[in-house]
Amino acid sequence: MDQPSATDPDPEGSGDGAGGDAGGDESGDESVIRTRALTKRYRGGQLAVDGLDLTVPAGSVFGFLGPNGSGKTTTIRMLMGLIEPTSGTARVLGRPMPRAARTVLPHVGALIEGPALYGFLSGRDNLVRYDAADPTADPRTRNTRVAAALDRVGLAAAAGKKAKAYSLGMKQRLGLAAALLQPRRLLVLDEPTNGLDPQGMREIRSLVRELASDGTTVFLSSHLLDEIEQVCTHAAVMAQGRLITQGLVADLAAGTRGRLVVTTPDPADAARVLKEQGAGDVVVAEDRVTADPPDGELADITMALVTAGVRVRGFGVERASLEDAFVALTGEGFDVAG
Amino acid sequence: MSQADVKGRGAVSDVRLPPRGRDQPPQPASRRTTFYGTLFRNELHTTFRRWRTLALLAVLAAVPILVGIAVKIETGDGSSTTGGGGGPAFISQITNNGLFLVFTALAATLPFFLPMSIGVIAGDAIAGEANAGTLRYLLVAPAGRTRLLLTKYATVMTFCLVATLVVAVSALTVGAVLFPLGDLTTISGTQITFAEGLGRALLIALVVAASLTGVAALGLFVSTLTNSGIAAMATTVGLLITVQILDQIPQLHALQPYFFSHYWLSFADLMREPVYWDDLVKNLGLQALYAAVFGSAAWARFLAKDITT
Ligand SMILES: Nc1ncnc2c1ncn2[C@@H]1O[C@H](COP(=O)(O)OP(=O)(O)OP(=O)(O)O)[C@@H](O)[C@H]1O
Ligand SMILES: [Mg+2]
Repeated sequence: MDQPSATDPDPEGSGDGAGGDAGGDESGDESVIRTRALTKRYRGGQLAVDGLDLTVPAGSVFGFLGPNGSGKTTTIRMLMGLIEPTSGTARVLGRPMPRAARTVLPHVGALIEGPALYGFLSGRDNLVRYDAADPTADPRTRNTRVAAALDRVGLAAAAGKKAKAYSLGMKQRLGLAAALLQPRRLLVLDEPTNGLDPQGMREIRSLVRELASDGTTVFLSSHLLDEIEQVCTHAAVMAQGRLITQGLVADLAAGTRGRLVVTTPDPADAARVLKEQGAGDVVVAEDRVTADPPDGELADITMALVTAGVRVRGFGVERASLEDAFVALTGEGFDVAG
Repeated sequence: MSQADVKGRGAVSDVRLPPRGRDQPPQPASRRTTFYGTLFRNELHTTFRRWRTLALLAVLAAVPILVGIAVKIETGDGSSTTGGGGGPAFISQITNNGLFLVFTALAATLPFFLPMSIGVIAGDAIAGEANAGTLRYLLVAPAGRTRLLLTKYATVMTFCLVATLVVAVSALTVGAVLFPLGDLTTISGTQITFAEGLGRALLIALVVAASLTGVAALGLFVSTLTNSGIAAMATTVGLLITVQILDQIPQLHALQPYFFSHYWLSFADLMREPVYWDDLVKNLGLQALYAAVFGSAAWARFLAKDITT
């Protein structure tokens, strides 16, 4: 059995170990995940991922978006070496997957399609089992690391309880704890806030930020777009197995322009003034007048409004949300593509 | 792996390594042991904590108790014991010597109860984890597919041994409580001491455990074919019953030497004086063949398998 070089029991050491291993392939390439024409056709004939070229830069918090059935989980399964691509290549931490799974995966924490637990084991023993499955995990520090991971997800008090008695959110937290058993270079989280309470979601967001500031790259799939907008630096959008776009979150949302919003008891006058000022697509809805903002100084518009005697309650530009951008990219249709 | 480790329910098995000096670097040898050791220990711990495992062992322990009580009641009526189904050579001797209950109990459980319980444990080994979704997390840990499969097979083999010993120890206990113990007569009619009889009983238990390696490999292979633990268990037990039935059909006698159960009852030959080795060796060879064939098939299948659960 060939012992991978990254099996140093010291977690720091192992981190450096694979860094060294991966260094050769990674030089001049700062991507943590890189796929080329990655394609998966399931045995039933379903083309789930179709020629995916994905690049996740090191240190990014990367949002992976797409409607139901668009191939996000399938992509993640290929990245984790659980399924073999039909064609194309995937590199994780600079090494080819699934071939280098042994050396790569100890540096990757993953939550894939929700947690999976042994109901008859306590939360703590679940983590002990997953840790024992990792040949690079040092058994001498196991208890400490398990306790730290439980603490980190707020489960310390419920650690002795059987996992089958956990609530949905508690199971989700335990799944996250399993991903955090060791210091990781990459975290892959498939819908991590599924089932969490608002406090839990906030915790996860701050956890992700904290991990990212420590240099961990986080690859996050989620349907909660304001969540992605809050934590992610980069994002990619999938639809029907194809990549539609990828890039900085700010650029994605900026692609869809914001709207000028004026709240006023005199909407008709306000609409007239806005048109005079060169605003396009003016829409009046009760006391709200919205329009595409014209080029130039917005303060000139407020001045024009006031000069024309329009009473203004509120004025501002509503930034296009990622949701607007997402719907613009993937369409309004609600039905899942077959 | 000692029994104490297996049964130590409260203790977390993996942390009881001898304390090592911080400055002392871990030995390469011990790292290698750890590579397979920690997962194996955890696997044993996990398997033997399940209610299902304990229930199977309880059923196996109950068989000698029932046989012992039945024999006791029958002879208590004053009627003499007459030879019955499983191991006729042994059952009539139980009233004279409780040690024969061990041989009788093993002969009674080997055709069905023992292999059925192995089928349940082996069939569930991979498919059960796939069904629960825990398989993907073990592989992402990363357990390594070969390492995980070897660990699973080693655990099933350990269960074979534990299950057989449970039957034997239960039978010995019941035999000692209900019947006299002492020197015994072999099938060949020679006398051996009780101590030697005990030795033979242990040897027989080991041979019986080894007789189950074929079913274990078959069950593990079936387990890699499906994502349903129940389906894998049912298929393995179904195959077991089918083979047992086919083994009784005279027209198939050309095939029968290749059925994994064909030489199972040859363990009785260990009670001959001198021991008649032919069928024993054939049995062990056949088990090794099954282990090799179905072990390789399981490995090939598991390595190529898409884990989508
Ligand atoms: N095991 C499987 N066998 C066959 N087809 C599958 C399998 N798993 C997924 N698919 C198909 O592949 C496509 C992509 O599925 P996938 O699970 O990757 O979507 P997703 O983007 O993760 O969706 P969601 O947002 O609902 O989680 C779907 O059309 C689905 O029907
Ligand atoms: Mg999904």
